[in-house]
Amino acid sequence: MGRVRSRGTWFRRIVLSLAVVYFLVPLVSLADFSVRFPLTGKVDGAAWVALFGGGQNDKLNLLTEGLGNSLVMAAMAVVISLGLLLPTMVLVRLRLPRLSKVVEFVCLLPLTIPAVVLVVGLAPVYLVISTKVLDSNTIWLAFAYVILCLPYVYRALDSGLRAIDLRTLSETARSFGASWPTVLFRVLVPNLRSALVSSVFMTLAVVLGEFTFARMLARTNLQTALFEINLSDGQIAAAVSLVVLGGTIVLLVTLDLVVALRERRVHSRAGIA
Amino acid sequence: MTAVTTTTGRDAVHASRPVLPGAVNALGTVPFFAYTAVFLVLPTVLVVVGAFQARNGAFTLNGISQLLSPRTVDIFTTSLWISALTGLVGTVAGGVIAYALSLSPEGSLGRRVMVALMSVTAQFGGVMLSFAFIATIGINGLVTRLLAPFPALTPDPGFLSSLSGVALVYCYFQIPLMVIVFLPAVEGLRPQWREATENLGGTSWTYWTRVAGPILLPSLLGSFLLLFANAFSAFATAAALISQQSVLVPLEIESALRNENDLGMDAYAQALALGMILVVAIVMALYAALMKRAARWAA
Repeated sequence: MGRVRSRGTWFRRIVLSLAVVYFLVPLVSLADFSVRFPLTGKVDGAAWVALFGGGQNDKLNLLTEGLGNSLVMAAMAVVISLGLLLPTMVLVRLRLPRLSKVVEFVCLLPLTIPAVVLVVGLAPVYLVISTKVLDSNTIWLAFAYVILCLPYVYRALDSGLRAIDLRTLSETARSFGASWPTVLFRVLVPNLRSALVSSVFMTLAVVLGEFTFARMLARTNLQTALFEINLSDGQIAAAVSLVVLGGTIVLLVTLDLVVALRERRVHSRAGIA
Repeated sequence: MTAVTTTTGRDAVHASRPVLPGAVNALGTVPFFAYTAVFLVLPTVLVVVGAFQARNGAFTLNGISQLLSPRTVDIFTTSLWISALTGLVGTVAGGVIAYALSLSPEGSLGRRVMVALMSVTAQFGGVMLSFAFIATIGINGLVTRLLAPFPALTPDPGFLSSLSGVALVYCYFQIPLMVIVFLPAVEGLRPQWREATENLGGTSWTYWTRVAGPILLPSLLGSFLLLFANAFSAFATAAALISQQSVLVPLEIESALRNENDLGMDAYAQALALGMILVVAIVMALYAALMKRAARWAA
């Protein structure tokens, strides 16, 4: 038994170390690439100075525009997806349980329809939006991004709602005279905090990483700006990619740890009681 | 109808409060369904209908006939092949990593960080991932430079924009995706099963071929299908690496969409998209059937 266990430990250590190396090498290379002048191999921080030194040039303007659009769209997608999904899911759970399978199906559908397929059908929809309803501003793409985020937001909210006693909470609040908005914002939202936080982070990650829709519909977001900049200045593109990828990893790891700590606290409290 | 009866049934409990009738409850879901109708269902319908419709709205089989032309069939074959290959590599490598991860203590910091790292690399790579690989094994890449003294090992400058290069980069997001989707299945392997095998005189080999293997097989195949669909749908990574020709279906859709106003391109982009929908639908149907089998051991 002991022999089996130690063999298992070695197997685990070797495999996981190899995996870590395999996943970190490209990130390290990205860092290296961003500070190395391509032809001479000389190390210089020009790309980072250009990014954070406060200078102005066309590439940076494009990048600022793309980043600005992506951030605005991320905020819009967060508001729309939560505003749409949270009340619907609460309502369906409390009053229309028969619809829950339908809502789940619709929310998970975007996982099975490739984005490149969806964008072919979105092109005429956005033609109408940009000519008849709104205008051709990039930020209206946020409406389509909500669809891409739907599966992640649904899963986060679903596990959050599973963990609380929705019926008791809302009926108690109602019988104390709370209106439905009060129930939603002052009773349910505080209880769903970690589910909401994780759906916000997922939405952020999806929107900041989105390329297909923006590229195919000829809009400027962070990723299409990066794509363009890379054609003329690979170092800046590498530096920005590193910041965004690293930022996303740190964001999601932190989120996961926060959730884990809270769980542990809840468990230990339950253990004492 | 049922909604109405359930509501009235529940309301009997606290009849003092005026409660929304069932129809009003159902009205509450209208925003959600209206929104998804416009931005999810309508585009999908437009793709399917558009595959048979010329620009003037008349019925046409032009798109479908182009879809079945030898050139397009070639593109589909390449896409299917690269998805199968990277799916296979991802399944094997990711499966081993998932098993190794399942051996590490549950809830440990390292394991959590690893899973989070995997979920980022699996889902949010795209363009940036391609840059990372250009920085690694591109012409001026880190690994290329480190390997420069050994010409035999140095990657070819054009490697990344070739199909094998794209396949390599795909593996980078396929492997972590495999880890994420397969981890729950290997976590479900109970130590008692192994102990029972050993008590009955079975070796490690017996355990894997006669016990764990058959239990894991449906999830393993199911995960492979997910990976297959994932690679088949990937666009950003390929777009950032291959700029010259459309060798994969998503790239061909991009160029078809761009040249939509050319004569003879009627309904082509939609027909290509319809082809993709069909492939993914078949894959997902198989996946659903396999998951039903896998669920037997989940309890």
